[in-house]
Amino acid sequence: MHNKLLVGTRKGLLIMNRDGGDWAVESAHFEAIPVVYAFRDPRADTIWVSLDHGHWGGKLHRSRDLGASWEEVEAPKYYEGAACPPDFSIPAKTNYIWLVEPGGVDEPDRLYVGTDPGGLFVSDDGGDSFQLVDTLWHHPSNTHWFGAGRDHPGTVAIQVDPRDSRRLTIGISVGGVYVSMDGGESWEARNRGLYADYLPDPLHEHGHDPHIILASPSNPDVLWQQNHCGIFRSENGGLQWRDISDRNGGPAGFGFALAVDDEDERVAWVAPAVSAEYRVPVDRALVISRTEDGGETWQDLRNGLPQANCYDLVFRHALDKTGDTLAFGTTAGNFYVSDDRGDNWRCLTNNLAVVYSVRFM
Amino acid sequence: MAQVKFTPNLKRFFPDLQECEIDASTVAEIVAAVDQRWRGLGDYIIDEQGALRKHVNIFVGDELLRDKQTLSDRVSADTKIFIVQALSGG
Repeated sequence: MHNKLLVGTRKGLLIMNRDGGDWAVESAHFEAIPVVYAFRDPRADTIWVSLDHGHWGGKLHRSRDLGASWEEVEAPKYYEGAACPPDFSIPAKTNYIWLVEPGGVDEPDRLYVGTDPGGLFVSDDGGDSFQLVDTLWHHPSNTHWFGAGRDHPGTVAIQVDPRDSRRLTIGISVGGVYVSMDGGESWEARNRGLYADYLPDPLHEHGHDPHIILASPSNPDVLWQQNHCGIFRSENGGLQWRDISDRNGGPAGFGFALAVDDEDERVAWVAPAVSAEYRVPVDRALVISRTEDGGETWQDLRNGLPQANCYDLVFRHALDKTGDTLAFGTTAGNFYVSDDRGDNWRCLTNNLAVVYSVRFM
Repeated sequence: MAQVKFTPNLKRFFPDLQECEIDASTVAEIVAAVDQRWRGLGDYIIDEQGALRKHVNIFVGDELLRDKQTLSDRVSADTKIFIVQALSGG
């Protein structure tokens, strides 16, 4: 159970705290600067923050004293001559830093960074420097990568297997799922069972759009994916995916955000919207959907959430869970918390900027 | 030497930033020189391929920089350089 939250918004970072009461904002940082992602690396007790300056480019900052002071580190850079997939006509540069993920507990100096235009970067010196993971960047399937929502593909999901730090699962939007069993030396695409209704061949081996991928901590072979074309689950590390979107008329289908249970590999939460073409909540009512049986059925959790005239979406990194507590922020600047696994929600504030990222510290 | 001025907005990230004089023959050389003086400043002005960031402008005298890809615009001893942010956002 964590008693602090990092909330990245279009207008800065908030650190929230619930010691001795309900959640309240403890401090604000990077005021007026878009904070794409913020998380605490427990291995080094370091907070990492990705900024998206409108003018000055994407930057990385870290704090080794829980936000009392910050240090800018050199952001990942594409090498001279690198060009963007799929046609390699545009020079590649770090347009946006989607997320930072820690390596395994047995590799304390390793960090991964996912970027637009699709490059995965790795650091083996605690983030002092980053190198492009060439083996993935040059994967022969990269001619099937392309931008969606943004101009270029993005590495938006990075999962390190807690049983073996060399096993990596990466999500590229748009590109698909890539797995390495050797710490990034080699990669294979694992998209079987996914479909992409925007492709001439929806079952093509490549060109899928994972919005986010998470592994169940209790069984990391179980992967969950909120995809552009539905919700998918794999029980064998992505070798085969199964569509678990709600087939009974419920809203769980299109969306961005995802949370999985620490203890039970059958339990996950999503934040549905209507569809790619109608990016609004279903019936203009905010809902979090939960499955407790691996996606066979979904429950729609609405208590405490607005059920009329609502246009809130939940971005891919803006839902998180610790213990029985879930928290999410929305595109309309609203922030909700549940202490009973989503059965009941309460609104902490209505007045934030667009929320990009929510992570328990 | 060319006189180089910066938008005050950059002082948020480089608090001791100030107007300076640089001996250089191109704008690219000026950016490299100010990056030496204020480490990391260059990354705020150009990207890793050497191109001017999309929402940054550089005035060379009264004219906007022409070569936004390699910043090869010539400067002379009396050129005034002004590095500013584009007017955008919300």
